[in-house]
Amino acid sequence: MTEKVSARSYWIGYQTILIKEVTRIIRIWAQTLLPPVITMSLYFVIFGAIIGRRVGEMEGMPYMDFIVPGLIMLTVITNSYGNITSSFFGAKFGKHVEELLVSPLPPWIILAGYVSGAVFRAMTVGVLVWLVAGAFSGFHMHNLFVTVTILLMTSIVFALGGFINAIYAQKFDDISIIPTFVLQPMTYLGGVFFSVSLLPGIAQQVALINPIVYMVNAFRYGLLGVTDVPLWVAYAMILGFGVVLFAFCMRLLTKGVGLRT
Amino acid sequence: MNALEVCQLKKTYGNGVEALKGIDLNVVEGDFFALLGPNGAGKSTLIGIVSSLVNATAGETRVFGISVQNNRSRAMAEIGLVPQEINFNQFEKPFDIVVNQGGYYGVPRKVAKERAERYLNQLSLWDKAFGPSRQLSGGMKRRLMIARAMVHEPRLLILDEPTAGVDIEIRRSMWRFIREINEAGTTVILTTHYLEEAESLCRNIAIIDHGDIVENTTVKTLLGKLDVETFVLDLREPIERPPQVDGMDIVLRDPTTLEASIPKSRSLNRLFKALEIEGMEVKSMRNKVNRLEELFVRLIHPEGETPTGVDDPATEGAA
Repeated sequence: MTEKVSARSYWIGYQTILIKEVTRIIRIWAQTLLPPVITMSLYFVIFGAIIGRRVGEMEGMPYMDFIVPGLIMLTVITNSYGNITSSFFGAKFGKHVEELLVSPLPPWIILAGYVSGAVFRAMTVGVLVWLVAGAFSGFHMHNLFVTVTILLMTSIVFALGGFINAIYAQKFDDISIIPTFVLQPMTYLGGVFFSVSLLPGIAQQVALINPIVYMVNAFRYGLLGVTDVPLWVAYAMILGFGVVLFAFCMRLLTKGVGLRT
Repeated sequence: MNALEVCQLKKTYGNGVEALKGIDLNVVEGDFFALLGPNGAGKSTLIGIVSSLVNATAGETRVFGISVQNNRSRAMAEIGLVPQEINFNQFEKPFDIVVNQGGYYGVPRKVAKERAERYLNQLSLWDKAFGPSRQLSGGMKRRLMIARAMVHEPRLLILDEPTAGVDIEIRRSMWRFIREINEAGTTVILTTHYLEEAESLCRNIAIIDHGDIVENTTVKTLLGKLDVETFVLDLREPIERPPQVDGMDIVLRDPTTLEASIPKSRSLNRLFKALEIEGMEVKSMRNKVNRLEELFVRLIHPEGETPTGVDDPATEGAA
């Protein structure tokens, strides 16, 4: 007998996508979970322990402590974006995305499933990097609510961005262009390694156009209690990006852009 | 009730190709329906629109009265699709592929696992259920897609060339499985290039060509339209010229092979009488081509043009 389309059947569909994603991430842990932990450990050793000693203090705290939130955020952003692009584009490339497209699942469930998978990976890697950072600089937690909500919202925003990239991508090269030429520069210039207040006048204004500055600073507030930007602006900006990107993803999925002919 | 209703369905691709030119088609509930047509005729586009993988340019498609265009989710819940191309994740295990597909259709995981075991067993894949699916043979991959399409137990099963490239033994076991599913009440729509498959399995048939339905009737009615049948006769001794029989076209293909085109209104006995008078002994006899194949070729080449391969002995089938 055909299953009825209901809230329960959608919930089962959502769970299935999430379980499939989580299983994939864990199955290939050496590609998904381990590399960012190793990379960030090297950052902590080189920029924190070795160079950081000569840099001295930043915003009134040891440089090592200052860079921890930015590096965790960098990991979360790249993993959230990278997970969804590789997974969804892989499904498109291998044609098994059709399993979802012919199913009764509405676009928002498909989107929610993939975004949740990306958030799972981003948060898992974020926690692992936080644990590694703790070994170098000790564990800091100024405001748990801000830390968790900013991390969660940021990973959702970048997962949505990655989803759009995966929809438009025609070949594997297309999913590495944005991370390499847009995300990486924005993140490195987004206050991961320095305080925006150190920049000269006009450069400071330009830096504040970068949304990652707000994410990194809000997260730094959560962990260390210091920020270059007002917290409410950071929340509003992340929320705004999230709503716009979600609406755009839904439009693409509903119209079947890049998926249905 | 109709399992499928297609009304004035049109599809024009971005490059201007008109794949469907406003077709109408009904498939009644419980039917075993064949959709035939040459490559590029529009079969896969039609299936794509029914399964919502392709957006229609105009017209409407209803599955058990539910509009695919206006109520996609409910309509899709009724359909199981076995596509032409392999489209599962080849890095996953067959069991997981089937169970996950059940989940997408809202089948609780426990039930999906039970069904996956049942269908993989029925399709002789259970011993491969937990190995890498990329290591399955072509025939196994096609059977896996059938198990996947059945996990939510759809009321309409669409099979797009399910036996392409599958050896005859596996093909027959697939036919048996699909026939059982149909007998249990599932409506089946089948596209195939093996016309004997359509002839032996299906009750109703539509032939699509250049985006139009050129024939839509029962297999029996369609075969009834065949007014001339061609037989190949192998003779025991070589002869120099063929016998002459009024109203029959008999040609000598080689010294021991005769080819006789006989109108249905004429009795075969007349041919045998003539052969006996001439002292020719027939060793064996067979149809020149599959009957449906002959009709199919006529329908899609109405002006009498003979497409390449029609006379190929490889297309001969046993009578």
